[in-house]
Amino acid sequence: MPFSHAGKAVFYMKKHGVDSLIQVEDLSKAFSRGSDTLQVLQQISLSAEPGELIAIIGPSGCGKSTFFNILAGLLSPDGGSISLNSKKVPHLRGRMAYMQQKDLLLPWRNTLDNAILGMEIQGEHKRMAREQARDLLKTFGLEGFGDSYPQELSGGMRQRVALMRTILCKKDILLLDEPFGALDAITRSIMQKWLLKVWGQFGPSILLVTHDVDEALILADRIYVMTSRPASIKGSLQVDLQRPRKITELDMVKCKEYLLGLLEDELTVPEP
Amino acid sequence: MKTRLVNTALPVALLAILGLSWEASVHFFEIPSYILPGPWEILKVMWQRMDLFAAHGVVTLIEIGLGFWLALVVGLTLAVLIHASRIIERSFLPLIISSQTIPVFAIAPLLILWFGYGIGSKVVMTAIIVFFPIVINTVEGLKAADPDTLALLQILEASPGQVFFKVRVPQSLPLVFSVIKIGVAVSVIGAVIGEWVGAKEGLGYLMIHANAQLQVELVFASIFWLSILGMGLYGLVVVVERLLIPWRHGGSNK
Repeated sequence: MPFSHAGKAVFYMKKHGVDSLIQVEDLSKAFSRGSDTLQVLQQISLSAEPGELIAIIGPSGCGKSTFFNILAGLLSPDGGSISLNSKKVPHLRGRMAYMQQKDLLLPWRNTLDNAILGMEIQGEHKRMAREQARDLLKTFGLEGFGDSYPQELSGGMRQRVALMRTILCKKDILLLDEPFGALDAITRSIMQKWLLKVWGQFGPSILLVTHDVDEALILADRIYVMTSRPASIKGSLQVDLQRPRKITELDMVKCKEYLLGLLEDELTVPEP
Repeated sequence: MKTRLVNTALPVALLAILGLSWEASVHFFEIPSYILPGPWEILKVMWQRMDLFAAHGVVTLIEIGLGFWLALVVGLTLAVLIHASRIIERSFLPLIISSQTIPVFAIAPLLILWFGYGIGSKVVMTAIIVFFPIVINTVEGLKAADPDTLALLQILEASPGQVFFKVRVPQSLPLVFSVIKIGVAVSVIGAVIGEWVGAKEGLGYLMIHANAQLQVELVFASIFWLSILGMGLYGLVVVVERLLIPWRHGGSNK
């Protein structure tokens, strides 16, 4: 049994076990189009404790994805700083895994091979990576679908493969950019349970962008509210409620009222 | 399953109707066989002169095969180089595109002059015809990678080589195969034209020879065999495509 230990290697991320204190300070970004300048981010500041699940909510098109692209190192900011454990870093690439609304599964790879893409690129042995992924199929509700191609899977399953690929990158920070935004309401609520389960098991810090207030309340330890463009942080809310949470609980309703209050100015319909 | 049966049955039925009307017209209008033989007569010749067709068919098949491989190897290599280097792209691509204005068939006599009456000139002829679409479509296919997928690979800190082999190559395969399928059909034309212009053997040579002797049924039989050859090669490419691109057909590879 040459790879009998392989399955356990994934579980090295204990909750709160890895240092990943993230601090973002005064991050700004503007895009110029011709002579026009479009300010997208205006002095965004936030922080995430190791192992914390942070949700960022804000109106559509407010610049949340731009924010994540800066954290991921796909864009560089005009100003501000990102620190990891009090040390300034240009971006979080190499330390984080990124998951988007689009599953971005490669159509020529089956479930297992899609899931190990990150490990493969990091230079891990393909066979060992597959063994690890195979052990995780059950955790992600993909048992029996290891050899299926993405086009044979449902939307929820595809997104779980993407989540599995993200987890198997074995980073202690996950950036999730509206990961369940393209799914129907029922599938989405199931996926939220998956995410909590996986988070509990692997314990990474998670930054989750969503425009769904309920989703943020069900999942997050702390919620930041962004304004519409140019985006800045309008306020935040610590959610110290037991999981699993129900959106109908009195405390949850109170939290929701508070958040909607913060969002209200951002949600007004412009006068014609 | 039912639609598949219908899809096969329809063209077969149409072919049978066309064949029967052809046969009937030849008899009804009493067309002499040195002008237009009936399909039954052609089929008989195809079968009776099998040894003749086999001997010449093998030559044509070798010409097509070699020419096609030459075009594939050189074409794919050049496409990868064009993709990898802006300088190569800018210097080669305009020339390759403008070279297509030269009617290839017009240079067939020159090819005979340079490469002789043997299979060499036909191989080159076939290769030249197939080469262009392979280069253009492979370059196109390699470029066509999804930008979001490329961003994902960038975040995963993939090297340019990893991006190329893990995303660009598999992504381009469907396009490359669709052009290979067209190329197979065209390559038959290339070999036959080459044989027309000057050869000592091959199905194209046999056609010209039979035509001069008013053995029209032999001409038709050669055409039919050529078309069977082309279809066989096409089928071969489809099989290889299914093996290399299993995800397109919902199968699973182990």
